[in-house]
Amino acid sequence: MDHVVEVQNLTKIYNKLVAVDHINFEVKKGEIFGFLGPNGAGKTTTVRMLTGIIKPIEGHAIILGHDIQKEPLKAKQNICVVPETSNAYVDLSAWQNMMLMAELYGIPKKEAEARAEDLLRRLSLYQRKNSKVKGFSKGMKQRLILCMALINDPVLVFLDEPTSGLDVQSSRMIREILLEFPKEGKTIFLTTHNMDEASHLCDRVAIINHGKIAAIDRPATLKNTIKKLNSIEISFDSAIKAENLSEIPHIIEIRKEGDKFIISTDDVDDLIHSLTDFAESQKLKIISLNTMAPSLEEVFVKLTGEV
Amino acid sequence: MRIFQFLDQLKRSLGIMKKDIRIYYLKGPVVIFGFLMPLFLFLAFFIGSRNLSIEFLISGLIGMTVFFTATAVSPIIAPWEAQVQTLERLISCPISITTLIFGDMLASFIFGILIAILPIAIGLAMGTHITNPIILILGLLLGGVCFSSFGLILSSPPSNAPSNIMMISSLVRFPLVFISGIFIPLENMPYWGKIIASFSPLTYFTDLTRYTIGATSYYSLLSDFTALIIFTVVFFVLAVKLHERTIYQRL
Ligand SMILES: Nc1ncnc2c1ncn2[C@@H]1O[C@H](COP(=O)(O)OP(=O)(O)OP(=O)(O)O)[C@@H](O)[C@H]1O
Ligand SMILES: [Mg+2]
Repeated sequence: MDHVVEVQNLTKIYNKLVAVDHINFEVKKGEIFGFLGPNGAGKTTTVRMLTGIIKPIEGHAIILGHDIQKEPLKAKQNICVVPETSNAYVDLSAWQNMMLMAELYGIPKKEAEARAEDLLRRLSLYQRKNSKVKGFSKGMKQRLILCMALINDPVLVFLDEPTSGLDVQSSRMIREILLEFPKEGKTIFLTTHNMDEASHLCDRVAIINHGKIAAIDRPATLKNTIKKLNSIEISFDSAIKAENLSEIPHIIEIRKEGDKFIISTDDVDDLIHSLTDFAESQKLKIISLNTMAPSLEEVFVKLTGEV
Repeated sequence: MRIFQFLDQLKRSLGIMKKDIRIYYLKGPVVIFGFLMPLFLFLAFFIGSRNLSIEFLISGLIGMTVFFTATAVSPIIAPWEAQVQTLERLISCPISITTLIFGDMLASFIFGILIAILPIAIGLAMGTHITNPIILILGLLLGGVCFSSFGLILSSPPSNAPSNIMMISSLVRFPLVFISGIFIPLENMPYWGKIIASFSPLTYFTDLTRYTIGATSYYSLLSDFTALIIFTVVFFVLAVKLHERTIYQRL
């Protein structure tokens, strides 16, 4: 089984709003798959359909070889969800929440206790295991949710913005745990707003906007596809005016930053040649010359048309 | 294979039951609405109608108490959990809707039958005798499942405001008590009253209880049991089917 998630024509409509619109994609075993999109793009709706929480009106999702609609119990047994808003039982203690999850997954008591202790310790919650969740901070709740989700030792983990609104320490703790998963052959499906997180963590990202997938690829490839957004940073040994450069072809925009010019172009190679020719003809020395690839954020902004 | 899966799901429903008991039942309001309210209704009637036998009144009290307790909390669990989003967590777990509903039913069932100890003790203190303890216990078990399932039917409308569901359930529960031969003996009812009473499961439960504490019942024991069993099965299946249909609309 190469693909742990296979999605075909998955669609969800709320009233008349098409929240997710015939999306198709696959997630490979062992990868960290990022799902990026602006607010309201349909990320959470997709995750909820993939995990069997809501029903699609069209299309299907095969999770670990089982259709989530036709064999929900088999599909759900080996996956877990860390939802957008924390949903532990606030009237129960952290430990009782963990044990409830273990019972719902049918995990033997001994095994459940050992696993719960290990997880709570790793996320620094063990000291507070007997306190009611009511008194937990947001970060503690989010960490507990992760512990609860991992109690069944899932092979496929769905996370819906797990680190949004958390402090550095809590997010780092969560990220460290996530980074161990691929080594254990586990697959992560991660929705996020955080471009930095996506480009550092994810093997592949899908960019979704208005319920449609705008692009799916490796972060580096995605950055390359947007050549137009490439730019060059150049500085000369003596001051020149921006207008002097404007004769050169393939320049889209020139910006002056200190003693440097940031020039965006649709043809990096040609621009570099032209710039060196220009320097020679003007008897200028080039002090520095750098090419700058677009960040994932720029790709994202470009593809989703958001500013 | 199927039986294994069935037992596995049954075990998981105990997890749901434990959670319900911890969160919803070990709190004051259940005891207050489930026991004190029937007790006040009972006392009002006891003072007002001297001509009714103590056995009749006690069986009515037992019926009301079990019915009110078993339907006190079960209607609000689903809307409440949808509102605080724990329902989403439950649905993401590998449990069927039947397992979920069965777990909710068990919690309410346990409280329904435990609370019966109070009116039975009052009855004993007032001089009634339990002539058929085994039948009483069987009746309590059956009635507990029946009323708990009934409570879960009340929670199936896909409204996530517990207050809406509370209103619906009060509108159904109170009239039911008045048509079930608790305050007026069935034999004294007009013909149409008897017809209406025959549609209420509480009628048969109360009638059965009358028999077990030494009074004469209106229906035969067999009819009481048969009717209760039919109501129980229909209510539970209906509760599951309704929730299967509406639970996704809550999310
Ligand atoms: N239960 C619902 N009822 C009606 N509309 C909904 C519901 N859930 C989501 N929507 C709509 O579907 C669209 C997609 O929502 P979704 O929550 O999937 O976005 P998202 O990408 O997760 O956004 P965010 O980044 O804000 O979490 C939105 O326009 C939202 O208003
Ligand atoms: Mg979301």
